[in-house]
Amino acid sequence: MMDGIITPYDRLTLIHHHERPTVRDYIPMIFTDVYELHGDRLYSDDKAIFGGIGRLDGIPVTIIAEVKGRDLNENKEVNFAMPHPEGYRKALRLAHQAEKFHRPVINFIDTPGAYCGVEAEERGQGEAIARCLYEFMQLRTPVISVVLGEGGSGGALALGVCDELCMLENAIYSVISPRGFASLIWKDAGRERDACDIMHITAEDAVALGVAEQIIPESEGGAHTDPEITAENIHRSLSISLKDKMSKDIDELLLSRYNRFRSVGEFTQMDTTVDQGG
Amino acid sequence: MTMEELFRQVTQKFYNDDQPKEPDFKCPRCQKTTPAKTMQENMLVCPVCGYSSRLTARDRLRLTCDKDSFTETEAGMTSLNPIDFPDYEEKIADLREKTGLAEAVVTGICTIHNERCVIAVMDSHFMMASMGSVVGEKIARAFELAGNEGLPIVIFTASGGARMQEGLVSLMQMAKTSGAAAKFSEKGGLYITVLTDPTTGGVTASFASLGDVIIAEPKVLIGFAGRRVIEGTIKQQLPEDFQSAEFMLKNGFVDMIVERRNMRRTIAHLIRLHRGEVR
Repeated sequence: MMDGIITPYDRLTLIHHHERPTVRDYIPMIFTDVYELHGDRLYSDDKAIFGGIGRLDGIPVTIIAEVKGRDLNENKEVNFAMPHPEGYRKALRLAHQAEKFHRPVINFIDTPGAYCGVEAEERGQGEAIARCLYEFMQLRTPVISVVLGEGGSGGALALGVCDELCMLENAIYSVISPRGFASLIWKDAGRERDACDIMHITAEDAVALGVAEQIIPESEGGAHTDPEITAENIHRSLSISLKDKMSKDIDELLLSRYNRFRSVGEFTQMDTTVDQGG
Repeated sequence: MTMEELFRQVTQKFYNDDQPKEPDFKCPRCQKTTPAKTMQENMLVCPVCGYSSRLTARDRLRLTCDKDSFTETEAGMTSLNPIDFPDYEEKIADLREKTGLAEAVVTGICTIHNERCVIAVMDSHFMMASMGSVVGEKIARAFELAGNEGLPIVIFTASGGARMQEGLVSLMQMAKTSGAAAKFSEKGGLYITVLTDPTTGGVTASFASLGDVIIAEPKVLIGFAGRRVIEGTIKQQLPEDFQSAEFMLKNGFVDMIVERRNMRRTIAHLIRLHRGEVR
């Protein structure tokens, strides 16, 4: 950090801070009566994704979250928050359960990306993510997503098809990790900092690109300095969004959910007869 | 060699339509060499191992649509530079000239054995058919056109994944295309996906995996993560058939593998079977 200006790379450093709160820290500070619900009913229970029910301001909600560990042991258990297909299928099972009981869904995104491995491919990682995009788009109950730290690629987007996307102040959302980007574009994973500078990955970028609606402030110096204050801020944003979305007609809500994504993209029509440029 | 370089090597061998003499085809699967003429006669399928090689959109349309039945839609739609990526416009302009394509997907309406349908063909020779704003928009519009016209839609997928140069905007195209597929499905429309070489990344993780019927060509590459990324994760060599059409069939993510010479007939039959007519 130079001269008090916080760069995208500084934010990346902050979200990788070893004391950065995880969703397991926030849940008890935001929700009451929380019960964790396990398993996808098809294959197994993926610990990289938390699923459960609880109350927000007394209102029953379903909570789905990508879980980072607080230390190496925890991280091994949750596979460094990189879900397998069964994690996404658990998320979908619980989303449909929420729909049945007219509970809004709150998704917390915090993953470097969906897991890349042999078993993940065998069990259809691509299909699992695609199915999340498809079904969340049509889910007849409000969905609000919050990016807590890393919003990495399709693995993040799988929980990001929602009526409103909130991002913590230092959170990032990107098509690939800055490291992966550097390695792909410059064949040099070490150029992470340069990647951060051109990728447009910050919360402000996401709002500017029409991808996110809200930026949630963190405590001074990053969420780890005061998790309680950050949790309060998350809680406040969720309360407002939830009331707003729950008051809407569900068909209108679904249409505007679709349009949130339908309208993203920049293109033009080439004049094929006369060269007018641009 | 990176994935991109590998793709380039394979595609450069191929994109030579305008040159008088085409080079021999060296199969990336079995490594055997076949004269270009033999490949042409065999619908560009390797006669040794059956690998269904990468086609240009033009060749795919020629081999798929009834003669003169194809009408292009959204021709000339082209990318802007949503995240001001350095040299992106130049790269696109260069590819437009090299390939004769405006972007990585061609869409339109055609008949296949007299069955009218909306068709979309991705062309890996254009930036590895990565999905940016234009690919996302054209796929979404193709679904909307099919929905409005009450037609089935057939999409030939091929892609290296999301288009890095469009950053987060390209990621959102996954949700856009999947949403468009969902809206089309709600109307009761038939969506046939044909997975061709290579179908990977963000396209596998969106509309490519959402067909009512999912067909794959023999021996093609289909997967989510890059092979090298996975090898890097597990630190061991992957089996030969990993992420092939056959692997996807075995694991339950593809309905059928169809040889190129049977593709037209199969698609037409499937369309007829979904009309609900008794005959």
